[in-house]
Amino acid sequence: MSDRLDAQPGPATGSGSSVQPERDQPETGAPTKGTRMAAPGTRTSEEKTARRPAAGKADTTKVLAVPKGRTGAARILLGRDAIMIYVLVVVVLYASLVIPRFASPVTVGFLLLDVIPTLLIALPMTLVIISGEIDLSVASIAGLTSALMGVLWQGGMPIALVLVICVLAGLVAGAFNGVLIAYLGLPSLAVTIGTLALFRGLALVVIGDNAVANFPPGLTSFFTSKIGGTGIPTVMVGVVVLIIAFAVVLHFTPFGRGLFALGYSKEAATFVGIDVARSKFLLYLATGTVSAFAGIYWTLRYSSARSDNASGLELAVIAAVLLGGVSIFGGKGSIPGVLAGVLLIGTINYALKLDRVSEVVLIIVTGSLLILSVVAPNIGAAVQRARHARQVRAAPLP
Amino acid sequence: MRFIHSGSTRRRAAFAALATSAALVLSACGGGAATEGGGAEGGSGSDGEQTITFIPKQLNNPYTDVVLGGGEDGASEAGFASSEVVGPLDASASSQVSFINAETQRGTNVIVIAANDPDAVGPALEEARTAGAKIVAFDSDTNPDYRDLFVSQVNAKDVALIQLELISKQIGGEGEVAILSATANATNQNEWIKFMEEELAANPEYAKIKLVAKVYGDDDDTKSFQEAQGLLQAYPNLKGIISPTTVGIAATARYLSTSEYKGKVALTGLGLPNEMRPFVKDGTVKEFALWDPAQLGYVAAFAGKALADGSITGEVGDTFEAGELGEREIAEGGIVLVGPPTVFTTENIDDYDF
Repeated sequence: MSDRLDAQPGPATGSGSSVQPERDQPETGAPTKGTRMAAPGTRTSEEKTARRPAAGKADTTKVLAVPKGRTGAARILLGRDAIMIYVLVVVVLYASLVIPRFASPVTVGFLLLDVIPTLLIALPMTLVIISGEIDLSVASIAGLTSALMGVLWQGGMPIALVLVICVLAGLVAGAFNGVLIAYLGLPSLAVTIGTLALFRGLALVVIGDNAVANFPPGLTSFFTSKIGGTGIPTVMVGVVVLIIAFAVVLHFTPFGRGLFALGYSKEAATFVGIDVARSKFLLYLATGTVSAFAGIYWTLRYSSARSDNASGLELAVIAAVLLGGVSIFGGKGSIPGVLAGVLLIGTINYALKLDRVSEVVLIIVTGSLLILSVVAPNIGAAVQRARHARQVRAAPLP
Repeated sequence: MRFIHSGSTRRRAAFAALATSAALVLSACGGGAATEGGGAEGGSGSDGEQTITFIPKQLNNPYTDVVLGGGEDGASEAGFASSEVVGPLDASASSQVSFINAETQRGTNVIVIAANDPDAVGPALEEARTAGAKIVAFDSDTNPDYRDLFVSQVNAKDVALIQLELISKQIGGEGEVAILSATANATNQNEWIKFMEEELAANPEYAKIKLVAKVYGDDDDTKSFQEAQGLLQAYPNLKGIISPTTVGIAATARYLSTSEYKGKVALTGLGLPNEMRPFVKDGTVKEFALWDPAQLGYVAAFAGKALADGSITGEVGDTFEAGELGEREIAEGGIVLVGPPTVFTTENIDDYDF
């Protein structure tokens, strides 16, 4: 734990405690890490008193960990999420200037339609990775949902019932992951690699080598329709609702704050009274359900239900989530950052496609971005540590 | 309190690094647009400014490369101002959609596509047509509602029958055979397999031939190799394998040539002469078939030109000139046939270079 703290200076890397202990509570328990969406100004007044106790009085507001780094608005404007958003804006502006036809509603529509599956699954994936776990079976759940959808629809079931059953199937698949990971305590990486293959295999069993395409035309055209002349797909309304729901859960509820604690230190989280197993189980239910949504979307957008739908999507999602500033070790991350990460990858991909750059270049760019985003902050941290060590060594002995 | 300052420098540096890298990456790739004299293309439809784009099933596939080579030649002979090739790296159903979308936005006049899935590309092609593009399917058809023409290698039934003839000849007309195909959803492969199954059931000549398995190598070399291995382990009495895909037949031949089954288990199907040459020479494979893939792209380019010029509409009975290959007529279902398949043997394989 202690070297974790040393290795992470500054709030951008999550060691600034943003949750102030309430005055009427005993100050035990580690301050929760990493919530970086605290409203500006919530802590400043208290911190000032903490840092400069009034002379002659006993310090009654002893803070265990002295917060380092920025506070308030500066912290939000210069944090990792903000940086991602700036980069996204720069990329969009640059593409609009350099690439002919990029700046148009048509781009907005096509681009969003392309990123919606990634965007959807990235939401629960963010929560899962923040809590220190991972779920690699998401794309296979989407594929299984798609296969199921095709078979049930071909079997003559009404479409509403088909959709309900598909969402339930996602829920069950998520629950299966959840039970193995949360209640049996198996490592999530191993479990979800297993279920990645298992669910994809089940999809093949369900639909075999067939493809079902004759979904109701009204429904499929709705899924590719746009809101008026804005180019924004109609489906985005539902996606935005989900985004807001996940952002609220992660950043403004005790459950969400518990996830950061969980990712930071499971033992500490247990002592603080967080129900670790239940939290994790709920997260896997969420990934399963949202993956089912993604599978349904995929099937109707491409009007084709097949067993290999959405294959490889899990890696695209995890790459976007990590690019969005979520730490693979857990305990750090935010929904706005992830949104920026997903949109950044989507924008770069679409811009390069519009410019007819080969897909070989696309994957190289995506990979390089991810590596850069992981390496850049750590270079800074390494230089810091080296400099600090030098100073300590150079300090005269008392 | 140094660390407070250094924290901000670090953050600034990180931001600068990220922003610069993103800008660099984009400018490196954006350079293409600037040099192309971007924006002066498409949409007008007048002669000499028409553009054509080929969207194959996947890039970096040897067969596709030959088809596209023919397509490039055809496009320049037919008089397109520019011909482009874009496409996914994986042959999945939906991977082509965003490429079609990007071409729609660029105002490409003719899109020539080999569909990975007949329906998944539909909505995107509809949008492209609405924007004024002509759609030519080739190699693997889309749902007929979504295209103007389909340029087919050869009659699907002929392709299926010639493969059966070859395998029957090589195994002496009786025994167990298996099929090693591409992906489970491949339109063309599934059509051939369907014809093969019907012919096996209907034709008394093939009464003693039993189709015991259909496996899928997903047009992936490693997976096809493993599937071939699995077939021979699962069916010890197997006499022959038909692989109606160039990737599959090459991988199977590679496995057979190093195994105990070399020369004992017959292999035929559709292969590229350059890839199959060593296996024909060393006796692993006696005969296999294919049409000239370059002609497929070539004819597709001319068909696209005729559509873009408005000289044909895709009606049955329309004819157009396909360069040096002469006249082609549009048959039932909007299909244009390229020509009969060629059978490659030790005698003639050295005459072909693709």
